[in-house]
Amino acid sequence: MDVSRTPTPLSQGSRTPGGIGESTQRPDGTLKVTGDFAYASDLWHEDMLWGTTLRSPHTHARILSVDLSGAFATPGVYAVLTCADLPAATRYGLEIKDTPVLADGVVRYHGEPVALVAADHPETARRAAAKIKVEYEPLPVVTDEESATRPGAPLLHPDRTDAHAPHVPHPNIVHRQPVRRGDVAAARAAADVVVTGDYEVGMQDQAFLGPESGLAVPAEDGGVDLYIATQWLHADLRQIAPVLGLPEDKVRMTLSGVGGAFGGREDLSMQAHACLLALRTGRPVKMVYNRYESFFGHVHRHPAKLHYEHGATRDGRLLFVSCRIVLDGGAYASSSPAVVGNAASLAVGPYVVENVDSEALALYTNNPPCGAMRGFGAVQACFAYEAQMDRLAAALGMDPVELRQRNAMSQGAVMPTGQVVDSPAPVAELLRRVKALPLPPEREWESAGGPPDIRALPGGLSNTTHGEGVVRGVGYAVGIKNVGFSEGFDDYSTARVRLEVVAGQPVATVHTAAAEVGQGGVTVHAQIVRTELGVTQVTIHPADTRVGSAGSTSASRQTYVTGGAVRHACEAVRERVLALGRARFGAAHPAWQHAELLLEGGKVTTDGGEALADLADVLESEAIDVELEWRHRPTEAFDPRSGQGNGHVQYSFAAHRAVVEVDTELGLVKVVELACAQDVGKALNPLSVVGQIQGGTTQGLGLAVMEEIVVAEDGRVRNPSFTDYLIPTILDTPAIPVDVLELADDHAPYGLRGVGEAPTLSSTPAVVAAIRQATGLPLNRVPVRPEHLTGT
Amino acid sequence: MDFLRPGSWEEALAAKAEHPTAVPIAGGTDVMVEINFDHRRPEYLLDLNRIGDLYEWGDDAGDVRLGAAVPYTRIIEELGGPLPGLALASRTVGSPQIRNRGSVGGNLGAASPAGDAHPALLAAGADVEAASVRGTRLIPVEEFYTGVKRNALAPDELIRAVRIRKADGPQQFSKVGTRNAMVIAVCAFGLALHPETRTVRTGIGSAAPTPVRARAAEDFLAAALADEGLWESGAPVPPALARQFGELAAGACNPIDDVRGSARYRRHAVAVMARRTLGWAWDAYRGRERTARCA
Repeated sequence: MDVSRTPTPLSQGSRTPGGIGESTQRPDGTLKVTGDFAYASDLWHEDMLWGTTLRSPHTHARILSVDLSGAFATPGVYAVLTCADLPAATRYGLEIKDTPVLADGVVRYHGEPVALVAADHPETARRAAAKIKVEYEPLPVVTDEESATRPGAPLLHPDRTDAHAPHVPHPNIVHRQPVRRGDVAAARAAADVVVTGDYEVGMQDQAFLGPESGLAVPAEDGGVDLYIATQWLHADLRQIAPVLGLPEDKVRMTLSGVGGAFGGREDLSMQAHACLLALRTGRPVKMVYNRYESFFGHVHRHPAKLHYEHGATRDGRLLFVSCRIVLDGGAYASSSPAVVGNAASLAVGPYVVENVDSEALALYTNNPPCGAMRGFGAVQACFAYEAQMDRLAAALGMDPVELRQRNAMSQGAVMPTGQVVDSPAPVAELLRRVKALPLPPEREWESAGGPPDIRALPGGLSNTTHGEGVVRGVGYAVGIKNVGFSEGFDDYSTARVRLEVVAGQPVATVHTAAAEVGQGGVTVHAQIVRTELGVTQVTIHPADTRVGSAGSTSASRQTYVTGGAVRHACEAVRERVLALGRARFGAAHPAWQHAELLLEGGKVTTDGGEALADLADVLESEAIDVELEWRHRPTEAFDPRSGQGNGHVQYSFAAHRAVVEVDTELGLVKVVELACAQDVGKALNPLSVVGQIQGGTTQGLGLAVMEEIVVAEDGRVRNPSFTDYLIPTILDTPAIPVDVLELADDHAPYGLRGVGEAPTLSSTPAVVAAIRQATGLPLNRVPVRPEHLTGT
Repeated sequence: MDFLRPGSWEEALAAKAEHPTAVPIAGGTDVMVEINFDHRRPEYLLDLNRIGDLYEWGDDAGDVRLGAAVPYTRIIEELGGPLPGLALASRTVGSPQIRNRGSVGGNLGAASPAGDAHPALLAAGADVEAASVRGTRLIPVEEFYTGVKRNALAPDELIRAVRIRKADGPQQFSKVGTRNAMVIAVCAFGLALHPETRTVRTGIGSAAPTPVRARAAEDFLAAALADEGLWESGAPVPPALARQFGELAAGACNPIDDVRGSARYRRHAVAVMARRTLGWAWDAYRGRERTARCA
């Protein structure tokens, strides 16, 4: 196959500049680069107070007493709140309402919020919080599967009533999802080669650069206005309003400047806290976490332990995969159930396997809570199944890319869940493309006669090698990620589009509640409106809860779902414009009645390009304003025992080739190049697409070689700072050649496929495969540390 | 917290004498982090930014007298010739912003075993100029570090400058971190060849409670180089000798396991860095000797 693009038929809007398919510039790009963009941490209000959070130093303890007198006695303090002060609901959660707004008698993880203080200065608030005396009685902790499920293990949530509780084998298991298909026992007996492996993925953090922050302003009607950096305004609203004891229309939320998210803003952090303090004091309250608190203030990527068994015929055809994925969900559920569903259903990767016995589960432990992060359960599985594919290739004496291609799924393949993949799945082609790229030159650090360029060497500027001990390795990986919310979730979005004449020119306004977290919705929505309404001037209304829900900015879904809603609303606006035009000018030209009419360049035209009327004349003083919901095709829940079901909306695929230089003596790694090929269906904004792929690739590199929240045996976080939680610098970021395929998915708007997550999956295993090739070491754990490479 | 802003060195010494708990601050790259993290709440901050003398360096016999607050960026740009080891170490400090503000005086005042300047100072040979209203004394840098984040300063003393021996031979600096830039040291190694005295000096960072010299390794190497006549012949250092030098350097370590790395890895990495930096420095020495002989 050598097709890189299937045409997306586009008649409407194809002659209007700035529409889909163009790399239009981000409106906030220059502001962010120059430091002028206003993030949520820059919010300010006259007379505002500052809120702060007192957090638990223990991982599991009973609260025996709380003495607030020291805090109250601090001049400048306006309010001190504990769980005893909560006016209404005391727990919240994305999927299971198991998370206390403030600890109620027990703390279950290091950093759990215990009390809140509002004061006239942030330092005063911090000092007052430090004067709160909390008497704790430490309780035994559970930190892994063994300690969480052994007889007599303390139960973190003893009286569970959630939907998963009846199906789990132990109350400290949040959710378990088996996926079974075919006959693994028979396939195992028939297999020529069986390889097994145990793998481990460390706890990665989203490490967004703008810490949690927001401003709550009490309103005269008893409600509150919350300006907030989040990923899904309406999900926050659904959780906050019951905590405040207010109807949802009294809690008005507006998106503030978001400095990255990556899943870490799906759960509430300081939203309810700031509102509680504002309503208590009657004053605006701002809360901003510092970097240290941010590491405790949001969920992380689930660390995982994975056991895999792959069986194949001598000629490399996969016969079966059996696996068990244990995810550590930490103290509260967050989105663990959905992460489990992803890990279980995507556990074998983008391969055709007829016999599968897999299960994924998430634990309740006293470790930090884990939830959504880019890749969402598929990242952990991909690291393990791709390591297994390399292991199998070695056992078969086969080229690892050839083994993958031989088993690669394509359109029409059946997933282990029974779901048919009914849109392009060019897995073998993606691998072919990254493999066909020329390799970067060897020993690039050497220059004629001069000193070595240490920036091109492992250790970089730290000057650890001038070439000594350095070995090159090359590795490949490919992954599969679902797009959109799965398992029967009503995953809709809402868009309001208004078209009117301003100063003689047609101007469109698009209003959604989609959180712009850096992904580029603000660009793409404007492009869609230009294409669908043929106008060039488009205003993006601030995202808020005065319009219906857009769903979450996660799961690679916003261009698909909110983009789909914007298109849907535009189509309705277009119909109204044409109806208005026919009413006003229909008699003037026969084409009004008979031709296919388009909106182009601010005019109504025939499909042949003949202009019939200016939009300004059609609309005159009338504004057309439409708000509509839009849904992708529905999905189904997975069967709780077999995992069968059409659980996913769409699949996305990316492949990577990693080229690394490893200092085998010091165990340091320089990733030289990370080539990626990905099918995006249709690139609505090609520049943004490449940016997403490069960003996802880099985040995967981080997991491969440096990023880990280190949790001590007692569940305490050991490195809550950017001194010791390392993310890649630009010098760690290699050249990332990107090959974008556009094979249309006929079920999706414009044929597009969600982009943001797939590149995060395969990046990690490709880098580790390359390090394995360079060192010959098994490397079953990420991130790979120098100790693993040097046996120290 | 009171913020003291002396306008002259004498005023600074007087303020420090009056308020011995005052914490001096220049670039603030360490002190401000400590304050922001609430690790310390000093009663007084003593701002040294108005004392221009601290931002100057000059020649002083065979030494460079480096003002305590000269930022790393200027060390890199201006002092690569006389202080090549310190310039190399300075390149590995933090980010450009940190290098524009941070200084050797700050590294010494904090006395963190992970400070990047320490191995280079130990290897080059240096004295810390400590001053108080009582007078000025020179503290040899190897006696300056007294414990984890502790130094030999008296409560009323301030660091005015560091007198660092000018290089009389090649110097090297190498640091292991788990990122290729802007990383705190897991461990570090500095090496200076001193052909004039036929000696070798070393410095190890982040592998013991304080920065240390690997004296056994230094003595072994100096003796071996002399015994084999290598200073004169400029012949390559035999690999076995370099290996043993590395192992002796590792032997000088007394590291801990922490979140940045294991003790075993630190010993291992110091051995590798010692061996490699010796190779690079000796190559440079041989190159110079050859050039000198040809000329």
